[in-house]
Amino acid sequence: MSRVPLDPRTAPSFQTAAKVLLGDAQLRKNVRHATDVIQNKRRRLVEEKHDWQQMRESGRQIRAHALQHLDIYLAEFERNFTAAGGHIHWARDAAEAQRIVIDLVKQTGTSEVIKIKSMTTEEIQLNNALEAAGVHAFETDLAELIIQLGEDQPSHIVVPALHKNRSQVREIFRKKMNLPNLGETPQDLAEAARQFLREKFLRVPVAISGANFLIAETGGVCIVESEGNGRMCLTLPETLISVVGIEKVLPSWQDLEPLIQLLPRSATGERMNPYNSLWTGVHPGDGPTNMHIVLLDNGRTDVLADHEGRQTLQCIRCGACQNACPVYRQTGGHAYGSVYAGPIGAILTPQLMHMEHSQSLPYASSLCGACYEVCPVKINIPEVLIHLRNKVVEQNGWYAPESLAMKAVAQAFLSEKRFRAAQRLGRIAESPLVKKRKQNKLQVLGQEEAQTPGWIGWLPGLLGGWTDTRDLQAMPKETFRDWWEKRNEKGSNRT
Amino acid sequence: MNVALFITCYNDTLFPSTGKAVVQVLERLGHTVTFPAGQTCCGQMHWNTGYQIEALPLLPRFVAQFEHAEAVVVPSSSCVAMMRDHYPMMAERIAAEGEDKTLPERVAKLLPRIWEFSEFLTKKLGITDVGAYYPHRVTYHASCHGLRGLGLGDGPLSLLKSVRGLELVEISNLEQCCGFGGTFAIKNAEVSSAMLAEKTQAVLNTGAEQCTACDNSCLMHIEGALHRQRTGVGTKHIAEILAHTEADAAAEANNPVEVTV
Amino acid sequence: MSTARDVIFQRIAKAKGASTPEAAHIAYATIERNYQSAPSLDRAPIIHLLEDRLREYDAHVYRVTESNVGEQVKQILAARNIQRVLVPDGLPESWLQGAIFEIDNQQSALGLNDYTAVLTTATLAIAETGTIVLQNAPGQGRRAITLIPDYHLCILRTTQVVETVVEAMRLLEPTKHLPTTFFSGPSATADIEMTRIKGVHGPRFVDVILVTDEIL
Ligand code: SF4
Repeated sequence: MSRVPLDPRTAPSFQTAAKVLLGDAQLRKNVRHATDVIQNKRRRLVEEKHDWQQMRESGRQIRAHALQHLDIYLAEFERNFTAAGGHIHWARDAAEAQRIVIDLVKQTGTSEVIKIKSMTTEEIQLNNALEAAGVHAFETDLAELIIQLGEDQPSHIVVPALHKNRSQVREIFRKKMNLPNLGETPQDLAEAARQFLREKFLRVPVAISGANFLIAETGGVCIVESEGNGRMCLTLPETLISVVGIEKVLPSWQDLEPLIQLLPRSATGERMNPYNSLWTGVHPGDGPTNMHIVLLDNGRTDVLADHEGRQTLQCIRCGACQNACPVYRQTGGHAYGSVYAGPIGAILTPQLMHMEHSQSLPYASSLCGACYEVCPVKINIPEVLIHLRNKVVEQNGWYAPESLAMKAVAQAFLSEKRFRAAQRLGRIAESPLVKKRKQNKLQVLGQEEAQTPGWIGWLPGLLGGWTDTRDLQAMPKETFRDWWEKRNEKGSNRT
Repeated sequence: MNVALFITCYNDTLFPSTGKAVVQVLERLGHTVTFPAGQTCCGQMHWNTGYQIEALPLLPRFVAQFEHAEAVVVPSSSCVAMMRDHYPMMAERIAAEGEDKTLPERVAKLLPRIWEFSEFLTKKLGITDVGAYYPHRVTYHASCHGLRGLGLGDGPLSLLKSVRGLELVEISNLEQCCGFGGTFAIKNAEVSSAMLAEKTQAVLNTGAEQCTACDNSCLMHIEGALHRQRTGVGTKHIAEILAHTEADAAAEANNPVEVTV
Repeated sequence: MSTARDVIFQRIAKAKGASTPEAAHIAYATIERNYQSAPSLDRAPIIHLLEDRLREYDAHVYRVTESNVGEQVKQILAARNIQRVLVPDGLPESWLQGAIFEIDNQQSALGLNDYTAVLTTATLAIAETGTIVLQNAPGQGRRAITLIPDYHLCILRTTQVVETVVEAMRLLEPTKHLPTTFFSGPSATADIEMTRIKGVHGPRFVDVILVTDEIL
């Protein structure tokens, strides 16, 4: 049941993938519906909190502070979690994290594990690595189960299967759970998942999770979820292995005050997640006796090193930016070639890839700012996008065709004379493209020609994308500054 | 008041009629308009596309042109957002590179005097009725930079509501981007077109004759599709609607629309 | 050979400069926390708000006085036709009426799966969000017992109800080391077409008895 994971190193460019996905009407309808529903719920619940902006600001400051002193808080967390009977492991990259997890699972002697939805384990492609090592992982989150059984890929960080509708889910379950008579209501489908997984919860001795927050002061872990599959995994097995990015640490318990409010309202439009679980290490008689946390770098320290990109690590993975993003809403998540889709993916993925892959992602945005507006920890995503674009331009070198053109225009902007010349030149260059208007003027009394320019229906090369669906009005004969000068010469002006 | 007009590079070249309209409105309200001749571009296209090195020299140039103005009016919210969001940091960078140490302070002094056109009317002058007459059904498109970047809010709508004869119809997806996004429209033409299709559909649903906005960039995009689809619906910068008066209407009535084949 | 841990700490130090606990401590104190932290409502409306929120989640909510708890439990269990109920250690005898109440004896998950109902008290409840907080404490027990049975009857006193999340977090501060579960309504998912479906893996049915122990 292994599937090809989303891998930024092999994924096509955003433009290429988007082109294909735009043709999938069902997918676009599903994505539109889901993001509409969550956005509306979110809006209502954000509006009812009169202290929302204060919480956001606190959330931002807490996350930024934790990153500024990351070394201190990681060491503190390690100390306290270890003192509470847990074990900490450090993984420099995905391969090291895979190895650690596989070894830990092997030590228990099991060949099956249950899993809670975790984008971090998706990021390191853990399921495939486990499979290769002879360990089968059962995804227990309903959406992840749909993805796993459907041999699909997550397309959203909170609701990973939002691109599937009920009949598509039913088909998958019918086939993979062997339920020929399965009904089609969401209730039927959830019930099927309950039956399918209950036995596994009661039997499988090892669970693998991510985490929403680590708390340095107590060595605590916080996981939020909806279905109860998380609680099953966190409390019933003997062994719990959590793979967590190093950026997830918070200084203290009180930092949860704003964050556990910001997260559910932003993520699912709920006042609180149905379940928040918090614990500190091993608690005799309650939950796993064998507890491990794998702290993962995998490019995060690179992001930390970039002063302008660093805020990306403040992310609490609520997915609000995805729901709000007009680009994501057209294409869905798979176009981003990474488990992190949408605006957060557009800034996180290239940085985690050391800017060696995913260079098309920083351009997968119209910079409309909707993501920044909804982000509960105030990550200025447009600013980071622009910053990353600059890096891509530097990588491409001055000799790239676009770069040459942009430099030429910039030169023109440096002097009024050159700018005027460029304006004139532009008019000449475009003139063969302008559809000449056969003007059958019935009565045109003194109308300036400049007011009736023609239209361009086709543009060459790089610019052709525009005229595939849009016409372009031809340049007027007279620029504003020409008009202004003439007007002043005529003396009709007071200045 | 003495108002320096920063027309912006693309309005200068592609939409001179917007500039004329701004001049007309401001002069009608009794202000004096100047046009610093050395002006070119605010640097937005380069900055947002990743050409920061190319954008940087445009900043000292802009400051030199406009720093003595009593007020600077710009008929483009995205250019004003560019200045407010990035100029302080760009100035710091130039200063840090040892080029012009005075720049950050000069930028800080200049920025509060820079206004987007509709914002200048509603926030600086505190007026909504500029004496315009425009007897058409119109819908307003809130550009992202105006809406989120500048927080224009209801300002432009209140201006339109005060235009005599104008029937304002609200668009359904007001807060949604039209898909222009500068070079995004070319680099991601397919996605941009899909976003545009939603926007033009919403424009058509209003039954408006004209779609207006504070940014010709969005309007050029929207009009591009409206024209391609031969919808008969046009676009007009808000300044051109606000410049329009009873006298213009009378002149138009005597000049039947030309028929083009 | 340096360990992964060393390498990661070196990378962090290189990325932003090493920090010290003192510097972190001083900077931490400057974090602004201007969000609401005190109740905005009187006690009676707070309790009403909790009841409304719980009902939004399809829980049944009963308000009784201390002396009537046992009778209320009996009625609820009878109506649901429940004869056998799992309970943690430490509940008042007087509450346990109308069924066989079996104290959790650390049986395996499979053993817990034989129970259809569990009865506990709670640490506190948050009115604004309709949240009930359970901890590993007398009368609440370990986490698994409130997870596996399909029906959870939770009894708490009105004085345990706060209005906001922030107040709750501050009250929980002294017991922050305990295993803690916040639950807000029954287990649910919206993973299929954003339709909220009650009951995937956790208890599908939750009822709450609020014991009035203050003047409202
Ligand atoms: S970037 Fe902000 S909005 Fe997007 S997932 Fe992260 S926290 Fe949520």
